[in-house]
Amino acid sequence: MDDNSPIWETKRQLKILAQAETNPQYGRRPAERSIEEHLRLGTINLDKPPNPSSHEVVAWVKRILGVSHAGHGGTLEAEKPGRPDGYGRTPHHA
Amino acid sequence: MVTGVLPITLEDATKAIQVFLLSGKEYVCLMHLHGDIPEETIKSALHEFTGEIYQKPPVRASVKRETRRRTIYKIDLLEIDGRRVLFRVACQAGTYIRKLCSDMGEALGCGAHMNELRRTRAGPFNEDDNSYTLHELQEAKRVYDEEGREEQLRLVIQPVEGAFKYLSKIYIRDSAVDAICHGAELAIPGIVKLETGIKPESLVGIFTLKDEVVALAEAQQSTESILAAEKGIAAKTKRVIMRSGTYSREWRSRQKPN
Repeated sequence: MDDNSPIWETKRQLKILAQAETNPQYGRRPAERSIEEHLRLGTINLDKPPNPSSHEVVAWVKRILGVSHAGHGGTLEAEKPGRPDGYGRTPHHA
Repeated sequence: MVTGVLPITLEDATKAIQVFLLSGKEYVCLMHLHGDIPEETIKSALHEFTGEIYQKPPVRASVKRETRRRTIYKIDLLEIDGRRVLFRVACQAGTYIRKLCSDMGEALGCGAHMNELRRTRAGPFNEDDNSYTLHELQEAKRVYDEEGREEQLRLVIQPVEGAFKYLSKIYIRDSAVDAICHGAELAIPGIVKLETGIKPESLVGIFTLKDEVVALAEAQQSTESILAAEKGIAAKTKRVIMRSGTYSREWRSRQKPN
């Protein structure tokens, strides 16, 4: 996805192909979601503390929010060797 | 000690996880050299490891241990204090910084290891931008549960659309949305507007006209060729994020029996 420069340095422009309206009956702007929808389609820019593994952090987030699934984008710290994955397993994560 | 930006996706947002996994990262790293090396030599080693490098994943890696090519976009030296070297590095996804340190140590002849690492950016997420700790998340949830106030929770948790900040987006007609939710390819007549920078095989976000993400897709053509064509497939749907039935199913009733 990245070539020779990081993705955050890419500049983009919007091009119009056709004119169209959207029906207010369907869907909803992201800022207008109910709190349930907001959680279901939510992300957290988490500042990971030093000790728990990325894996454990996901388990904690799930427990705090009471959500059934969560994932993390890019392990921050290799899982510790010889340490059982004890803090509530997260079977569904990327 | 490893800290910093860890993007978390909740429930349906987890379908967008690839955006984070595949995009570049930025770290501040404290490297410890195992010998005394002149500053100029350290600087040239940092320079040497910028651009394309070859890296063999460490023994305990989540990927196959095969030497692979990675791009280091930039290394900025922040401070040298004796054998301790503090630097900022921007790199392609899948670069092991611990390995980068030990490889630099080998190149310098003295050996080195990574002491501390802080991730300051993971693709669209930056440490200066709406970054929160587990405690802040817990507090936001408590305020919501006990006082019924949502504001804090809506601040700590951000819509999944933010993950697409740096991907090119394609905005589609209401009538094309539900077909995409069922995994259909995106045909050019369904497009209303799109961003520049799309190339064949690049990851793109398919969005509604209400700025909701529908799916993550792989472009089949460039922005320019999509703009020039009247029909054909613009993108193949890879991960559907929006639930089907959110938009009307008119695409079905319009299908003619053969």
